[in-house]
Amino acid sequence: MIDALGNPQSALVLGGGSDIAVATLEQMAARRLRRVVLAGRNEGSLASAATRVEAAGCDQVATVHFDAVDAAGHDAAISDLFSQHGGFDLVLVAFGVLGDQGQAEVDGDEALRIVQTNFTGAATAMLAASRSLVAQGHGTIVLLSSVAGERARRSNYVYGSSKAGADALAQGLGDALHGSGVHVMIVRPGFVRSKMTEGMAPAPMSAQPAEVASAIVRGLEKRAEVVYVPSKLRYVFAVLRHLPRPIFRRLPL
Amino acid sequence: MTGPFGTEEVQLVTGWGRTAATAAKHLAPETSDDVRKALLHSEGHVIPRGLGRSYGDTAQSAGGTVVDCTGLDAVRLVDVAGGKVTVAAGVSLDALMRTLVPLGLFVPVTPGTRHVTVGGAIASDIHGKNHHHDGSFCDYVESMVLDLPDGRRLHLTPEDDAFWATAGGLGLTGVVVEATLRMRPITTSSMVVDSWRAADLDACMADLEASDAAHRYSVAWIDCLATGARLGRSVITCGDHAEVDDLAPRQRSHPLAFDPHSLLQAPQVAPPGLMNRATVRAFNEVWFRKAPRRRHRSVERISTYFHPLDGVRGWNRLYGPRGFLQHQSLVPFGQEEALRSIIERLAASGCASFLAVLKRFGPANAGHLSFPMPGWTLALDLPIGPPALGPMLDALDELVVAAGGRVYLAKDSRMKAELVPQMYPRLESWRAVQRELDPGGRLRSDQSQRLQLLP
Repeated sequence: MIDALGNPQSALVLGGGSDIAVATLEQMAARRLRRVVLAGRNEGSLASAATRVEAAGCDQVATVHFDAVDAAGHDAAISDLFSQHGGFDLVLVAFGVLGDQGQAEVDGDEALRIVQTNFTGAATAMLAASRSLVAQGHGTIVLLSSVAGERARRSNYVYGSSKAGADALAQGLGDALHGSGVHVMIVRPGFVRSKMTEGMAPAPMSAQPAEVASAIVRGLEKRAEVVYVPSKLRYVFAVLRHLPRPIFRRLPL
Repeated sequence: MTGPFGTEEVQLVTGWGRTAATAAKHLAPETSDDVRKALLHSEGHVIPRGLGRSYGDTAQSAGGTVVDCTGLDAVRLVDVAGGKVTVAAGVSLDALMRTLVPLGLFVPVTPGTRHVTVGGAIASDIHGKNHHHDGSFCDYVESMVLDLPDGRRLHLTPEDDAFWATAGGLGLTGVVVEATLRMRPITTSSMVVDSWRAADLDACMADLEASDAAHRYSVAWIDCLATGARLGRSVITCGDHAEVDDLAPRQRSHPLAFDPHSLLQAPQVAPPGLMNRATVRAFNEVWFRKAPRRRHRSVERISTYFHPLDGVRGWNRLYGPRGFLQHQSLVPFGQEEALRSIIERLAASGCASFLAVLKRFGPANAGHLSFPMPGWTLALDLPIGPPALGPMLDALDELVVAAGGRVYLAKDSRMKAELVPQMYPRLESWRAVQRELDPGGRLRSDQSQRLQLLP
């Protein structure tokens, strides 16, 4: 159960190898988290994530194969996980691909991979999780979104629009679930130094996975609906979102 | 919608602290037969609920059924001469006082609010300011009727193990539908109250200890923001039931008049952060300054003395949308240093506790999970919000456990499950009785899940 301070005791992580997910679980393990299922595609990164989460103090950690792109299979996969494991307090939707913007502009397969993972997969996974959570009468969905979804930018609009779609779905889902005992929290980090951004030059106001993790733990305590990391990005993007197109398109973003 | 056992709908449920809401089917039986049918025919997990004054998740059951017992509100039998009443379990202490105080009978134990049911009072084995003198609520229960999920109906007396598993059993042993209570005879509805300031924690503890024998009721309010030499500065109030001679002449013609009412209602929506360090500090200063410097005697109404917060309806909403929690701990006598560390730790943390209350407990009863035992109990009301709150409370729990003490489960909303067996050494014996009463494992609350009370 989630306690009065928003701490979960059990979590299902979709995209269990994610650096942000592991950092979040490590911080939660120091509080009340004991039981974790890490679901993902890459067995190697799931195994090393499991080792870290166990070392942080979770005594029941399992890994399971889960493919974010297999949207048609999400309903069955997620409801099976809920019944096998006796439910979860938290579902963390952490999978996502950055993709290659240039490639996506010339190759439909790359664009499809980005959109299917970040939007279609996130949509079906969140909706499937929400049904199981409503049936158990409580729980939280956390979506790792991105400030890139706030406004599509020239440099990564395929990724940005896929995140915008998932983000919008999570907002609507959160409103639909109001009063059901199920809470949806959207996390919008800026540039995070992680596996996903390896080799890229960090953008201004970049964050470490541990900072995103702290913001998630704190957001759950406050029952926040949207969390920015770092928090000042909320104001930066409030401005960027409203810039006139001719100016926005000339910005080096 | 109306089902076969009264109204039935899915509702979001929280405790008094308004945290960790979960959804459950809400059944509102009006008779004990309805309760039996509700238990037999509902599916999944079930937990009884009274007036929802437990602070945390004691009386909620996510995805299951919450049996709202407040419709069981019949006062069945009043034996004024013998000082006994038999009531349905949903009768509130408020209703009981309104009925019985004018007849010269008072509830044997009252908490800080009148708005708890008799069933809830049994399930939490509640205590009051008179614990050092009179014990806790279940010490005054002569018998009770307990409905079990499989349809059995038990008539229990203090001779039965199941009675003491149910006393303080958090509703997890069955639904109490009726109880017979021994009441306390009184001659007036007023209290003679002595109040005075204590400059620091040592003075406070010494004064409380010295008052034990002389007064039936005693309590200290502590300013938990005071530090250094003023650490533990407090206001002590000791009370006893007034005799007719104690009353002002014009009150003597109606010595048992009792008609408390709320003067104020808290707003439906309060801004977050209203109860912050600055407002609590200001309140604490005023509260301390307005108390008499030296011992002062006054005559107060029962409601003013025992239930000041009942004067503001829905005061829990003042803590804003994030809600609040109460941490009530107990350390045995001889562990006064642990108590001091707790108050120091709290004062240093920057978390502001509005109305911290300290009192002394007398002997424990046979309740397997009953909270009281000889020692000091400290209750802290804390708003959710400061990032330091969670780690600070975890540290307090460690101090409490190391001192051989415990945290009150009826108030808990965030404790570590691992600590429960250390705090409640009779947990295993309680579990054994619980299994006999509920072999199907139907009774379950969010708290029992969270604290793994029923493995």
